[in-house]
Amino acid sequence: MNKPIIEVKELKTSFRTDEAEVPVVNGISFHINPGEILGIVGESGCGKSVTSLSIMGLVPSPSGKVEGEILFKGENLADAPESRMRKIRGNDIAMIFQEPMTSLNPVFTIGEQLIESIRIHRKWNKKMAEARAVEMLRLVGLPRAEDLIREYPHQLSGGMRQRVMIAMAMICDPALLIADEPTTALDVTIQAQILELMKKLNKETETAIMMITHDLGVVAEICERVAVMYSGRIVEEADVRTIFQDPKHPYTIGLIQSVPDMRDKKERLYSIPGNVPKPGAAQPGCPFAPRCAHAMDKCVTKTPSLKSLSDGQKVRCWLYEDGKGVKLNDTAIS
Amino acid sequence: MFSYTIRRLTALIPVLLGMTFIVFMMIRAIPGNPAQIILGQQATKKAMAALTKELGLDRPWPTQFWEYLSGIFTGDLGVSLKSRVPISEEIWPYLAATIELSLVAMLIAIVIGVNAGIISAWFQNSWFDYVAMVVALIGVSMPIFWLGLMEQYIVAIQWDLLPTTGRDNIRDPVEAVTNFYLIDSLLNNRFDQFIEVIRHLILPGIALGTIPMAIIARMTRSSMLEVMRSDYIRTARAKGMKMFWVVYKHSLKNALIPVVTVIGLQTGLLLGGAILTETIFGWPGIGTYIYEAISYRDYPVIQSGILVVAAIFVLINLVVDLLYAAIDPRIKYK
Repeated sequence: MNKPIIEVKELKTSFRTDEAEVPVVNGISFHINPGEILGIVGESGCGKSVTSLSIMGLVPSPSGKVEGEILFKGENLADAPESRMRKIRGNDIAMIFQEPMTSLNPVFTIGEQLIESIRIHRKWNKKMAEARAVEMLRLVGLPRAEDLIREYPHQLSGGMRQRVMIAMAMICDPALLIADEPTTALDVTIQAQILELMKKLNKETETAIMMITHDLGVVAEICERVAVMYSGRIVEEADVRTIFQDPKHPYTIGLIQSVPDMRDKKERLYSIPGNVPKPGAAQPGCPFAPRCAHAMDKCVTKTPSLKSLSDGQKVRCWLYEDGKGVKLNDTAIS
Repeated sequence: MFSYTIRRLTALIPVLLGMTFIVFMMIRAIPGNPAQIILGQQATKKAMAALTKELGLDRPWPTQFWEYLSGIFTGDLGVSLKSRVPISEEIWPYLAATIELSLVAMLIAIVIGVNAGIISAWFQNSWFDYVAMVVALIGVSMPIFWLGLMEQYIVAIQWDLLPTTGRDNIRDPVEAVTNFYLIDSLLNNRFDQFIEVIRHLILPGIALGTIPMAIIARMTRSSMLEVMRSDYIRTARAKGMKMFWVVYKHSLKNALIPVVTVIGLQTGLLLGGAILTETIFGWPGIGTYIYEAISYRDYPVIQSGILVVAAIFVLINLVVDLLYAAIDPRIKYK
């Protein structure tokens, strides 16, 4: 495989509050290869979104602090100046957000917002930019693109707006697209369409995608590799097939079990007991230990490291410390 | 939009009618007889009765009111009891003087107020923010007459930088054409007079503009703070846009509606409420005109003066309402 498009090493993002410095992302490392779709999965509050904002250099300052390395094509973005980040944002790394309803500026037309996105980075005249905008709207499957550029966001449905957001993000041909829960706010049928579109664009333009989601269905649909995050750390990383067929970390197993299964008519849906620990609620040991059915004495005192298993699977759990681990079955956990 | 404007204009008629009636009744409730004031303390009962009859003040008030109303619809605002000149001929120079001063005051207030508000919101909790908001607080709480007198005392008398009173140099008066002296001096090709008119406008302009400036600054700041937290501002930043344009283009247009409302209200207030400033600065405006009419019990002038001011106030509010639709495409008038 060729060199990764982005390599994140020991990324730590913390926020200063009145009392203390609260780490939200706690030393995560991952990489994305060119043209690959990496899923980042986890419950709300586990640091997924903050990870993406850190890469974009959009962590609110001065309260937020980013440490570690974010190597984009070999360049460390973690300490790049704002002027450099501005050139990368939207041009090399683009982003789409969870809320299509509020992510477009209500007082400018679709065309104005698309054209602007090009002209920030390219010295194109209005006409060329407009032609490109229309082309992009067609590419994302929007009908009557010529009229659409003169319309305002409130005249469009949520699904259409998310398509516009994708068109806007892809307009400068970025090498990496960060999608922060792009389908969460949409209807199920629209969700499938949007995922289909992203998959298609990924194939056609070879833009790598970092897909942030809490929805394992989305992961199964489009991701090639998955990193599971819990409480600011990556607890398991594997290709998508392995994650579903042979999950290792008790948290991953719990996540997969809490997906409803049509074949299995259970009375109640499985859910992992307890809640994600609040960021900053510092405790020694594995952050998942209080919710884990397999917790041992060791788990509450020492934090396990991310251990590589066979064929690229990595897991952060004491159960697999010897590199072999145990086979966990469903009953053991529920 | 057009039919909306027409309907709004039609709706003005009852408002102005009601207003006219209230003013008509109120001035007749003030003690004091116009005939007495015109003829002086020593006037005989007979002379007073004759003058009262001549002025038409002996007739029942419904007749007087009806006559006044029917006059208004033909553009006749009545005749001044004091000068015996038709008010419609007499009022314009005063009105123009007030409009000129108010526009200058609002220009100062808007340029400084809006920018101070924007920068305060942009750099929230910075020293600029603190200083600007303290100054704005002082600005709203400062009595205008005191500010005006201090300006005159320090700038005009102690430093001898600017003239204390009037609209122009009394030894070299501006030849009136439109009665807007800024325009007239240029029409007469007198650039030196133009400068002189500006010098006369500065101190009363600042005195009159201070309160609106402070209110606009505070309103702009809070409105901007709200907008700058929204999703589409994050989108704009994720495009790689310069912060300046994120603030002045994407945020400002969204933050403008409450600001425009305040600007409209304040402009209306200035037009009618400049009496204090006009008195201090010897400004021959509509405030001075009505004030003198009140002390003279010049009923027609009071009535018509207030009617004109009220009409302007309501018209400005209509303009503000129409501006909303120009700013925010989601607002449609039908």
